[in-house]
Amino acid sequence: MSIVESELETLVDVSGSNELEVLNNNALENEAIYILREVAAQFEKPVLLFSGGKDSITLVRLAQKAFFPAKIPFPLMHIDTGHNFPETIAFRDKLVKELGVELIVRNVQDSIDQGKVVEETGKYSSRNMLQTTTLLDAIEEFKFDACIGGARRDEEKARAKERIFSVRDDFGQWDEKNQRPELFDMLNGQIELGQNVRVFPISNWTELDVWSYIQKENIEIPSIYFAHKRKIFLRDGFIWSAEDDVVFRAEDEKVEERMVRFRTVGDMSCTSAVLSHADTIEKVVGEIRESKISERGARIDDKRSEAAMEKRKQQGYF
Amino acid sequence: MSWHLLKLSAESQCQIQNTKEMEVLKIATAGSVDDGKSTLIGRLLYDTKSLTDDKLEAIEKTSKQKGYDYLDFSLATDGLVAEREQGITIDVAHIYYSTPNKSYIIADTPGHVEYTRNMVTGASTSQAAIILIDARKGVIEQTNRHFFINNLLRIKDVIVAINKMDLVDYSEERYNEIKADFEELMSKRDYQDQKITFIPVSALKGDNVVNRSEKMAWYKGQTLLEHFEELDRKDIFNVGTPRFPVQYVIRPKTEEYHDFRGFAGKVYGGELSVGDEVVVLPSMTKSKIKEIYFYDKKYKTATRRSSVTITLEDEINVSRGDMLVKAGDLPTIDKQFTATVSWMDSQNLTVGSKYVVQHGVNKVLAKVENIHHKINPDYSGIDTSINALGMNDIAQVTFRLNKPIFYDSFKNHRTNGSFILIDNQSNTTAGVGFIN
Repeated sequence: MSIVESELETLVDVSGSNELEVLNNNALENEAIYILREVAAQFEKPVLLFSGGKDSITLVRLAQKAFFPAKIPFPLMHIDTGHNFPETIAFRDKLVKELGVELIVRNVQDSIDQGKVVEETGKYSSRNMLQTTTLLDAIEEFKFDACIGGARRDEEKARAKERIFSVRDDFGQWDEKNQRPELFDMLNGQIELGQNVRVFPISNWTELDVWSYIQKENIEIPSIYFAHKRKIFLRDGFIWSAEDDVVFRAEDEKVEERMVRFRTVGDMSCTSAVLSHADTIEKVVGEIRESKISERGARIDDKRSEAAMEKRKQQGYF
Repeated sequence: MSWHLLKLSAESQCQIQNTKEMEVLKIATAGSVDDGKSTLIGRLLYDTKSLTDDKLEAIEKTSKQKGYDYLDFSLATDGLVAEREQGITIDVAHIYYSTPNKSYIIADTPGHVEYTRNMVTGASTSQAAIILIDARKGVIEQTNRHFFINNLLRIKDVIVAINKMDLVDYSEERYNEIKADFEELMSKRDYQDQKITFIPVSALKGDNVVNRSEKMAWYKGQTLLEHFEELDRKDIFNVGTPRFPVQYVIRPKTEEYHDFRGFAGKVYGGELSVGDEVVVLPSMTKSKIKEIYFYDKKYKTATRRSSVTITLEDEINVSRGDMLVKAGDLPTIDKQFTATVSWMDSQNLTVGSKYVVQHGVNKVLAKVENIHHKINPDYSGIDTSINALGMNDIAQVTFRLNKPIFYDSFKNHRTNGSFILIDNQSNTTAGVGFIN
């Protein structure tokens, strides 16, 4: 927007109100709000998949904006791997309380106990893949027809091909070669019984867009996103937390204390840290802006193969 | 690996003062197989320093494995296994980069004949477009097609990038030849106001993409990036009459907002302000805009493309699919219309068949009344002998509806003049239409 135009949008006094602001014209925010409203209007049982990470926290703020002054008209659901950073869980519970919305938690541990999935073992074991089964079971249990998620197209190559309304069959599978075209703003949410739609309102945001938004909106995020002292160890060029039991560490892997922060907060067993002194949101935004390493560069789950994400998505992964 | 490599950036002290809203520009790309589209996109990313080290490393590694002596940037964009196996782009991919000035989204659409549907899809959400031409081949049948679609979709700003100039000795003469051929094509276009800019480039060598070419001193115009950087909103958006399709009715039913009835939606085409006299369609009830909310604040004016919540002075019945328009500025209200349809489904469209028309957020049932003629998307004329539309066909079709809709012609209103066709059996989006 040119400067002249933005001046024209300056508010004139609304009678009886002191609001005198320029109406936000963030195209990405307007798009995300539009998408969230389409979900509420087109589906009977939507749910917002909440991981406690910055993207899903951003989604929650966007949902608040979309439906104000009403409450967010769908529950949040957390698929808990049991390997979350404790900071994330504490944050999640506090946020849900403030919002007054329903939180559903389903545990990967239960899927393991029921024998539906088998825990991986060894040095690179992770529960990240196991989430899929728990998620699909929860979708069936609650008959959710739309699952809103914070995935972004800039994260990974297979995600760059993802639709905003992405249809999944009864088995949660993504048929990447047969996706519905999405034209103009029009979102087609028509599905058959048993199918569901994954919805990605921040598809077109980049990592920097999300961080800048968190800064501008002054949104609270879990403390592990900021630089802090942590006991860590080094393996394969990645920094791992040595404070949390679920991360496998061999005897000979030396523990050190460093200033680190996490760039994503997935399952602890596949999320590595970066060295950083960025202890405020301003510094984090600055660091991301200057960054030379992509966001998922710190996610070991994508390193398994060139097509790791595409394969997981076909199987119903988020 | 040493510790310093585990930092995201050199110790960054930079604080961001710049909190102005970033402008977002979406660009559709069209080119035939081997025109170097992926290389061009890769070059844009590379020269704007948008490729991160790990991505660059992956590209270097894979290029080497494949035995190339150059960097294969297509590896940065082709995301699906099948695409990498076949070395082609199948589906629309979205690529992101930004300059301090703008955020860019590139819709990388495949250029094969059979993928008209993807080109239409990519162009529908774009404000600008790049058509790639191989300088050795010049304007070919595919070029006609790419131009036709960008013109049909009424993209306001189109760049014709004449690529691989390094392979024609950076010849100004060759450039002028191709330009002249393209200009002949331009005379056939329906939408004459489309702004077209020619740029000679070499994506592989980096000439005139981000950096100016030393080899083509004869070219005095802008580089590709310079052109996009200087585009203004008025260059890429049409300003028309405001239309407000109601997406969702907000009724909080809380003590504080007991009687609140807000109409949530996005404003298209123009602005709406508090006090404006509006008509609610289809009931034709009149009222005035009482409040405009964006989140928890009230505003005087809802700007174009803002997602707001509007309340009215009077208590009237408004539901999803209804539309608020300014009094005296009514769209066409009719149960029948004729449109240019771009068909995207493997099941043919035939006379008499029924579909759901989704016009914005409004859905009605529609029956195909008549297929007038097929339009060859390469400017080779029309075909009046057809009675069915197959995948990738474009044709003039008349529909009859079970309820009236409130539409504008596509040439006056990109949003309110377009619709999608949904197949009620498969639920898929089977086609898109642009109302005459």
